Amino acid sequence: MTDALRVRRRSFVRRAVGQGAPLWRMDGILLGAVVALSVIGTLLVWSSTRQWNSAEPTVMVKKHVLNLGIGLALYSAVAVSDYRVLRRYAPLVFGIATLGLVLVLTPMGATVNGHHSWIMLGGGFAVQPGELAKPALVLMLAMLLARTGDKKKDRPRYLDVGLCIVIWGVTVTLVMMEPDLGTTTVLTAITAGMIVYAGVHKRLILAGVVLAAAGAAAVWFLGLLKPYQVARFTALMDPSTDPRGIGYNSRQALVAIGSGELFGKGLFHGGQTTGRFVPEQHTDFIFTVAGEELGFVGSAVVVLLLGVVLLRCLRIARLCEDRFAALVAGGVATWLGFQTLVNVGMTIGIMPITGVPLPFVSYGGTATFANMMAVGVLQAIHIKDRVFG
Amino acid sequence: MTRLRGRLLVLQVLVIAMIMVLVVRLWQVQVVQGDRYVTVATETRTREVRVPAVRGSILDSSGRPLVRNRTSLVVSIDRSRLERMPDGGTAVLRRLSPVLGVPYEKLKTQIRACGPGVSKPCWPGSPYTPIPVAEHVKTRQALQILERQEDFPGVTAEIQARRDYPHGKDAVQLLGYLQPVTEQELEKREGLKANYSGVDLTGRGGLEATYDAALRGKPGLRRVQVDRMGKVIRVDQRSNPVPGDILVTSIDERVQRIVEKSLDQAMKETPQSDGAAGVVLDVKTGRVVAMASRPNYDPKVWVGGISEKDYRWLLSDKSGKPLMSRAISGTFAPGSTFKISSASAMIADGASLNGTYECPSSYTAAGRSYSNAGGMSLGSISLHTALEKSCDTVFYKAGYEQWKRDGGEKPTGTPKEPMTHMAKAYGFGRRTGIDLPGESPGLIPSREWKKNLWASMKDTMCRRAKTGYPEMKDAAKAAYAKRLAHENCVEGYIWHAYEAINFSIGQGAVLVTPLQLARAYAALVGDGNVRSPRIGWALVRPDGTLVKEIPVPIEGHLPISDEVRDYIRKALAQVPVTGTAAAVFRGFDFNRVKVGGKTGTAEVYGKNDTSWFASFAPADKPRFVAVVMVSQGGWGASTAAPAVRRIWEGIFGVGKGEDGKPLKPALPDGMPPAALPVIRDGVAAQ
Repeated sequence: MTDALRVRRRSFVRRAVGQGAPLWRMDGILLGAVVALSVIGTLLVWSSTRQWNSAEPTVMVKKHVLNLGIGLALYSAVAVSDYRVLRRYAPLVFGIATLGLVLVLTPMGATVNGHHSWIMLGGGFAVQPGELAKPALVLMLAMLLARTGDKKKDRPRYLDVGLCIVIWGVTVTLVMMEPDLGTTTVLTAITAGMIVYAGVHKRLILAGVVLAAAGAAAVWFLGLLKPYQVARFTALMDPSTDPRGIGYNSRQALVAIGSGELFGKGLFHGGQTTGRFVPEQHTDFIFTVAGEELGFVGSAVVVLLLGVVLLRCLRIARLCEDRFAALVAGGVATWLGFQTLVNVGMTIGIMPITGVPLPFVSYGGTATFANMMAVGVLQAIHIKDRVFG
Repeated sequence: MTRLRGRLLVLQVLVIAMIMVLVVRLWQVQVVQGDRYVTVATETRTREVRVPAVRGSILDSSGRPLVRNRTSLVVSIDRSRLERMPDGGTAVLRRLSPVLGVPYEKLKTQIRACGPGVSKPCWPGSPYTPIPVAEHVKTRQALQILERQEDFPGVTAEIQARRDYPHGKDAVQLLGYLQPVTEQELEKREGLKANYSGVDLTGRGGLEATYDAALRGKPGLRRVQVDRMGKVIRVDQRSNPVPGDILVTSIDERVQRIVEKSLDQAMKETPQSDGAAGVVLDVKTGRVVAMASRPNYDPKVWVGGISEKDYRWLLSDKSGKPLMSRAISGTFAPGSTFKISSASAMIADGASLNGTYECPSSYTAAGRSYSNAGGMSLGSISLHTALEKSCDTVFYKAGYEQWKRDGGEKPTGTPKEPMTHMAKAYGFGRRTGIDLPGESPGLIPSREWKKNLWASMKDTMCRRAKTGYPEMKDAAKAAYAKRLAHENCVEGYIWHAYEAINFSIGQGAVLVTPLQLARAYAALVGDGNVRSPRIGWALVRPDGTLVKEIPVPIEGHLPISDEVRDYIRKALAQVPVTGTAAAVFRGFDFNRVKVGGKTGTAEVYGKNDTSWFASFAPADKPRFVAVVMVSQGGWGASTAAPAVRRIWEGIFGVGKGEDGKPLKPALPDGMPPAALPVIRDGVAAQ
C-alpha cells in the first residue's frame, strides 16, 4: 500500500526523468539520431537562409527552431502515450487529414512558392495537409491491415486490402488536384510498402506490380502528366536538355554538392549556397548545403544518420508483438526511407526532381511536426514493447 | 507475425542497399568528380570586373594640358539587371526617360547589344559593364536617381573620366583620338587583352596611338562573387588601377596656337586652297614645337563614341579628310625650297662656292626650253644670289650636266646621280620616323626608281597606248594621257633629261612632306645632323617621377662641310631681306630677330600651285625652323611666306597684334623651355 501510494505521489519531474520514466525506456539511438539530424538541419537552414535578409539573418532559423520545439513537444506527448489509443483514433486522424486536403482545394487553400498546398491559419501560421496525410495514412492503413483473415493470422483480409487501395485512391486524388506530385509518390510508396509488408500473397504483389506498370504507362502515353512533370524525368536522363529550366535545378544541385569535395567548404562558407544558385535550398534542396559546406564527410554522416533512423524503426517493428504496431513502424520506415531516397537522390542526379522534404533536416513546420510525431509513435511502441514484451 | 518479420528483412536489406547507393554516389560526385564541379562552381559564381585606369594626359613643354581628363557625371544602366525584371526593365526605362530628358525609345536602342543586324546606336561592350546612357548630367538628376534606387534598380550615376581638349581643334591630328578597342586588335596584340575591359578605348591616331601603352595605364581588377541574380555579394580580390603616364611633349601650346591661327588666315586668304600644313621644329633638339594641318575638325566628336554620320564625314573627300595630317602624310612637290639639296649636290659634285653661274631667262637642253619664273634674267651670279633670287636656270643647267655626265639616256656603269643622293642624305624619300602613325615616305625619283616603275607599269601603259582613255570626258586630256601612255610604254625606263632638270628645282616626281622639308632645313641650319623628329619629350608618372625621356635619334649627317652649310644659310638669310620674300617681310623688324628662308612654288598638273615657305630664325644662330605649305595656295611668296612671318612675329613678339599693341613673345627670349615641367598630382606645378 505504502509502495503504491509512494508511486502515486512521485512528483511530475521524477515521473518524467526518474528511474523507470519513459525517457529512459525510449530508444536512445533513434532519439539521438533524430536530435543529431535536427541540429545539423538547423545549421543548414541557417546557412541557406541567412542571405535572405541581411538585416535579420536569423529570422528563418529562429522559425525553424520554434518548429523543432513544437515538434519535440508533440514527439514527447505521443511517445509517453499508449499507442493503442492511436489505433482507436486512426479513422479520426485520417478524417482530419483528408478534410485538410479538401480544404486546400477550397478558397481556404493558399499558394506558397508556387505550390498550392497550404492552409493559412492566420498570424503567420500555415499548415500543409499533404504532410499530415502521410502519418495519417500510415495509421489508417496499419489499422486496416492489422486485421487478419487466415488461420495463421499473418495475411490481411482481401476486403481490407481493397479498402486500403480505395483510401489511397481518394487521398492521392485529392493531393494530385493541388497538384503535388511529390506527396503523391510518397503516399503511393507508403501504401504499396505497407500492403506488401502486411503479408499479402506473392501473386497479389505480382498483379499489383503489373497493374502499376500498366498504369504508369497509361499515364505517360495518355499525357496525364503536366509538361513540367515530364520534363523532370527527361531532365534526369539528361540534365543538359534544359539547362535553364528543370535541368538548371538539377545541375546547380550537383555543382553545389560536387564542389564540396571531401571535407566541404565549411559551414557558412559555401559560395554556391551564399549565392543562392540552388532553388528552394532550405526545403527540398537542403541536402545541397550539406554537400557543399560539409563535404562528402558531412553529407555521408547525414545519410548514415538517416540510415540509423530507418534501421531503428525496422528494429522496433521486428521487436514488437503487436501486428498494428509492427505495421505502423514498417509504414513509418517506408515513408521516411522513400523520402530520403528521393530527396537525396534528386540532388545527386539519380532521381527525378520531386518536391519532397528531407526528414528532420528540411525547413518546414508541418513536415517537422509529422516526422516528430511519427518517431514519437515509434518510441511509444518501443516503450510498451519493453514493458510488456 | 512470422511473415511480417520475413518481409521486414527485405525492408532492412532495401534500406541498407539504399544507404550504400547514396553514399557511393556521393563519393562519386564529391570526391571523384569534385574538382570538376569546383571549377564549374567558381565559373558560375565569380565575375571579373575591371576598374579602368585613368588615362594619362598630354601636356605641352611647359606643362599646359593639350589633352586632359575631365570628370563628368555619367548615368549608366546595368542591362543584365534590367533583363531579369519581369517586364524587361521597361518600367525603369520609362521612369528614367523624363529624369534624363531622353526619349524612352532612344534609351532602349542605346542599351541593346551590338551584333549581326544590330548597328549603332548599340552597346558593343560586355553585358556586365554598365552602359552609359547620359553624360554630363546635372547633380540634381544624379541625385534623383541615386536617392530613389527602388524606382531605378540597375541604374547608377557615377563620376567618369572623359577626354577633354582644352584647345579645341588645335593640333587635332597630332593628338589623335580614342576608339573602342576591337576584338581583332585584342587578338593581334598578345598580352594586351589583360589590360583591356570589353569597352576600353584605345588610341587610334596621333600621339594617343603611338603612346597608347604608356598612356593607358593598368586597369585594376576586382574579382567579385555574385549571386544567382548577378548581385555582388563579396569582393574577393582587388588590385587598384595604375593611372597612365603623362606624356610631356615638346609642343608649345602658344606657338601651336599661332601656327593654327596663321594657317587659318592663309586658308582664308586663298579661297582656292584645299589644305595646309605648318611645322615648327626646334633646330637644336630636333623636337617638334608646333605642327598643324588643314582641314581640321573638332575632336569632341570622339568623346562618348562617334556617330556613324560624323565618322563617314571625316573620311569623305567632301570634308577633305581632316583626320589626315598633311604635315606628315601629305606629299607635295617642294618646288624651289628643294634647292638647298640641289645646291648642296652641286658643291658636293665639284662646283665652287666662289664660282659664278649663268642665270639666263631660259635654259635649253635636249631640244626643250626651260624658263625662269617671270622670265627673270640675272646674268652671271654667285650661287648665293641664285638661291636668294631663286634662279631656276642655274639649277637646270647643273641638273642637266650631271645627268649627261652619268650617260644621259643610256647610262654606262654606275650613275653618280649627285642630286638624288643629296636629297636622300637630307632625309627625303623616306619616313622621318616621327612618333606619329600614318607618315608618308614621299618620293625621290632616280634612274633605278624609273626602271622599277616601268617594269610594274609597262603592261598597263602599253595597253593604254593602244586603247587610249575613252572614259575621260575631256578629249584634250585623254589625248595627252594616251600620248603619255605611249611614251611610257616604249621608253618608260629611261630617265630623261627633263626629269633630271625638273628634279633640280623640286618638281617632276619629287614629293616631300612638310615635316621632311622642315627637318632637312633643321639639319642644314643646325649642326648638320639629320634627326628623326619627336613630339613626345618625356613620360612622367602622375606623382612626378620621370619614367623616361624620349630621345631624338640622329639618322645621319649631311655629306657637306660646315662651310657649305654656312654659305647656304647666309644666302637664305638674305631671302626675306632682298630676295624672293623681301616684299612679304617688308616692315619686319630684323633688328629684333633675323630670319632666313626659301620660297617655293610647285606646279601641280591640273591644279593651282603649291605654296611653300621654309624658314629659320634667328638667321645667324638658328633655333627654330618653320615650314608652311598651302596646297593650291599659289605663289610661295604670296601665301606661305606671310603665314611664316606671322609665326615668327608671334614666337619672338615682333610687330603689333590685332589690337594694335606690341606683341608679347610666345617664347620668352625666343627659347623653348630647357627643362621638363615639374609634375605634381598629375598636373604641372606652377
